Amino acid sequence: MNPMNYVILAAILFSIGSAAVLLRRNAIVAFMGVELMLNSANLALVAFSRIHGELNGQIMAFFVMVVAAAEVVVGLAIIIAVFRARQSISLDEPAELKG
Amino acid sequence: MVNEALFWIVAIITVTGSLSLLFARKGAHIAMSIVTVMCGLAAAYVGLGAPFLGVVQIVVYTGAVMMLFLFVLMLVGVDQRESLKETIKGQRWIALAGAGGIALLLISVIGRVSLYSPDDFTDGNPEEIALVLFSDYVLVIEVLAALLITAAVGALILTHVPRLVPKHSQVEIAEARILAGADPVNKPMPGVYARHNALDVPALDPEGKPIEDSVSRVLEIRHQTQDGAEFRHQLEDTDNPDHAAQPADAPPRDSHDRNPRQGEGESR
Repeated sequence: MNPMNYVILAAILFSIGSAAVLLRRNAIVAFMGVELMLNSANLALVAFSRIHGELNGQIMAFFVMVVAAAEVVVGLAIIIAVFRARQSISLDEPAELKG
Repeated sequence: MVNEALFWIVAIITVTGSLSLLFARKGAHIAMSIVTVMCGLAAAYVGLGAPFLGVVQIVVYTGAVMMLFLFVLMLVGVDQRESLKETIKGQRWIALAGAGGIALLLISVIGRVSLYSPDDFTDGNPEEIALVLFSDYVLVIEVLAALLITAAVGALILTHVPRLVPKHSQVEIAEARILAGADPVNKPMPGVYARHNALDVPALDPEGKPIEDSVSRVLEIRHQTQDGAEFRHQLEDTDNPDHAAQPADAPPRDSHDRNPRQGEGESR
């Protein structure tokens, strides 16, 4: 079986994650969509690493994981700070920022 | 070659799990189904010849990241209602069309590609990974270390709340209560005439009137209190010899269905 199927699976997961980011109003759920997109990119990297028989793709996936962990820490801290300021984590609320 | 059965198992687990991002209502359910997605992806990594990444995926994503998500969900309140009102008109259909479009585009492009995958590939063992990581990518590792430390300090700063006023001691709180003219002693305990789990029955003062303050405010908000009037009547009846026989043939009050809402309706 061709490992390219895993790349197609990664594309499907990526589009589901992007739909979640666009559709959901809960900041945490939208953030989980971002995580799913990062993971699908990882899956594509690992699949390509397998296709080419080299390790560089896996190294890149490892770096993506590290950066994603750092990003989650900061993002969740921002969500908590926003929740403390306005008692809500809806993504529609900060629309008050406009003009 | 890649195991076909493993691929289909992983595909079904991950796609159904990630669809909960679009359809599930509660944040905790979504987080747990994303955990299963991460586990499925870990299995896919192992199947693709990257056992080290598979283990790291389990440890970092399901173990750390998603548990952090769950912690924040609990901190923020699991029952945060999500408003379904659309602030931008037609945003839902535009978003779905955009996501479907990106899926179609990616799949049609990937479907045209045919790559030859060799059967001899270097397995992603920790040893091999470490050799590449600490020879070609040493500088990147150093930069990542700086990034991780910055992220940790940034999270600490973002969630830190400075104390603006000094903390009150117990003596100061008691003095402030006396100055404000509040009751200096404790509230009376609820359920003085305990007939059942009587946290919902207010205590009676010496004149026989219920003391509303003795019942928890939470029960009042939920309308689960009783005003104690029925119990007072029972006490008066037993004092009065004329009515002493009446409670015996009257249906016993405790045999009622103890629905708190019903009890509250009777007493008003």
